Amino acid sequence: MSLTTDLSQAKSRANERAKSRAKSGLGNTRAREASPSPRRRNRKRRERLFQWLFLVPAVTYMALFFGYPVVKNIVMSFQDYTTATFFTGEAPWVGLANYAKVLSSSLFSTSLVNTALFTLGSILGQFVIGLALAIFFQRKFPLNGILRSLLLLPWLLPLIVSSAVWRWILDKDSGALNRFLGELHIVNTGVPWLTSTSLALIAVVGVNIWIGIPFNLTILYGGLQEIPDELYEAGSLDGATGWKAFRHITWPMLRPVVSVVLVLGVVYTLKVLDIILGLTNGGPANSTQTIATQSYDLSFHEFKFGEGAALGNVLVVISLVFAVLYLRASRRSVDE
Amino acid sequence: MKSAISTRRPLALAVAALVGLPLAISGCGTTASASSTDAVKEISVTDYYNNEPDKSFIGDALTACGTKAGVTIKRETVPGKSLISKVLQQSSSKTLPDVLMLDNPDLQQIAATGALAPLSDFNISTADFAPGVLSAGTYKDKVYGLAPTVNTIALFYNKDILAKAGVTPPTTWDELKAAATKLTSGEQYGLAFNANPTYEGTWQFLPVMWSNGGDEKNIDTPETAQALQLWTDLVKDGSVSSSALNWTQADVKDQFMAGKAAMMVNGPWQIPALDKKTTLQYGVVKIPVRDASQTAVAPLGGEVWTVPQTGNKAHQAKAAEVVACMNSDENQLAMAKVRNTIPSKTSLAAKFATDNPKLATFTDLIKTARARTGELGEGWPAQATKIYTAIQTALTGKASPADALKQAQGQ
Repeated sequence: MSLTTDLSQAKSRANERAKSRAKSGLGNTRAREASPSPRRRNRKRRERLFQWLFLVPAVTYMALFFGYPVVKNIVMSFQDYTTATFFTGEAPWVGLANYAKVLSSSLFSTSLVNTALFTLGSILGQFVIGLALAIFFQRKFPLNGILRSLLLLPWLLPLIVSSAVWRWILDKDSGALNRFLGELHIVNTGVPWLTSTSLALIAVVGVNIWIGIPFNLTILYGGLQEIPDELYEAGSLDGATGWKAFRHITWPMLRPVVSVVLVLGVVYTLKVLDIILGLTNGGPANSTQTIATQSYDLSFHEFKFGEGAALGNVLVVISLVFAVLYLRASRRSVDE
Repeated sequence: MKSAISTRRPLALAVAALVGLPLAISGCGTTASASSTDAVKEISVTDYYNNEPDKSFIGDALTACGTKAGVTIKRETVPGKSLISKVLQQSSSKTLPDVLMLDNPDLQQIAATGALAPLSDFNISTADFAPGVLSAGTYKDKVYGLAPTVNTIALFYNKDILAKAGVTPPTTWDELKAAATKLTSGEQYGLAFNANPTYEGTWQFLPVMWSNGGDEKNIDTPETAQALQLWTDLVKDGSVSSSALNWTQADVKDQFMAGKAAMMVNGPWQIPALDKKTTLQYGVVKIPVRDASQTAVAPLGGEVWTVPQTGNKAHQAKAAEVVACMNSDENQLAMAKVRNTIPSKTSLAAKFATDNPKLATFTDLIKTARARTGELGEGWPAQATKIYTAIQTALTGKASPADALKQAQGQ
């Protein structure tokens, strides 16, 4: 629909321009004489039009599938949006009431702290282990390729499957992890990985690290491949090997890739939902409740869609802060 | 309010363009031919029985009811978790099915939207249905949904383990605690229940809360605190694994079947799985009460059939015929037998209990069973959240049961 309207608008615009040219009479002919060739100019204009036309699907897609939900979510957060709204279409405006309720709830600070710990812990673990593995796989050794593709497995599994399997592994009484630790005599009673308020968040972060390693490994490995070998050769002549080579060659050369990995990682981790729901449902006693899970609960379990949307927007704002930081950082690196 | 509607317009337009056209065409056909009910050829049904044997069995019953009403059934089964979101989508795009099945605690939410038609509009008899069943289907004094069969939860026990330990099935809290302690040894826990942070955890706690006089309107009472103290004590002294904080009812059943729990709180829908393990001998008793003089009050489970407001009177009339037929005596008995549930008409339940002794305890409980939404209606989900939050807080030792309930109620 919007494609045809854009087209007709463009056509009418072109027509108007042609008309105004015809109206201005004499001056116009002079202008026409001055320009290299009217036919070529026309063709150029048509080309420009076609170029814009190719953008229409992308713009439409963005507006429909990214713009609409974001705007809708913002609007919704200022409304008393209930199950009845779906049937009647009526959602009274309530101003900032949803935000006030969500931000003043005793759960918000818990969720905020958990979100921060979850994101920070996950990113740190994923990145350090991912980078270590990426450097490890730079060496040439047999089975290198096979091992690297095996490490992609966590990425290939649906999150809901991963979380279900990890829930078994981490079970206090019959979980594989406790059995293993028990055999090694590291522990003698079952460790309540998912049911202790002090361990659950650590366990959930651990699983999320496991899931995030392949992403970090793949991107960082790609970045490492880009660094020319000559640099290391030259460096080794100057005595830069091992840790020194990493500090003075690898790390600076890898920085643009690192910033991409970290920012994508942060935004991606902030909104993690399935893993937490699958492992602990936010429990025990809200110790793994994050802003994402709380927003989901509010909307889809308690049917408080307005409050859920308000909390969702809080999360969007937090993500935006990181996105802006990333844009500024990348601009600076280009300027340099 | 007007502006609120206008923000919805782009979506409405898009949906209308996609969905409206074929609807309009078919709509014209039915109104043009005649306004009599004979014109209805097909009615649509949505339910969440997407696993066997329920899927085929309910499907066959629907087909038979359709034939009786002179229509064919176009049935759609969706996964249980996505039913409500599906219904909400359908109500905003005005594409609700003619017959809709809902889990009974969800009925209030949907009825409150105005999307359902009261069954009194179609002269469907509600006589003889158990009071709890009717209250589950009632929103603001009108019955919107009827459940052919219902279920609840009780205490399953492993006959062999109890006999070996010389323990008789407990009837009071003290007996339960003593039995659970005695039955706990090595890898075996005395009791298993589910106290996870979902509505399931709340549902499993309701029998002790209600039987002791606790009330969901205000959970900050000594009665509810006593009930939560029982749950907390059982976990604290190790007769219930602290994994209960994360288990689902299916996990609880797995523990019981593996012999890792001597007793469990669970429902009759687990019976087919339990019966598959022939070496497992089990019995079922009511969930113990604090004082022997108290009556066991169980929460009512089960799905209700409703007639949505589709705006097509002829279709709705046929849909109502199908709903009535699904709730007929004959269907109630057949469904109860195959699905290990209890007929919701009291007269049928009595007869059913004598024919199916295995379900006798559940049948007995249904008489006094309470609907979760009976008191709070659409306010139930918010309160159910408070209840499971308090359970989790107390069971993890973050606060005493009384404090946990006080905090949760004040939230």
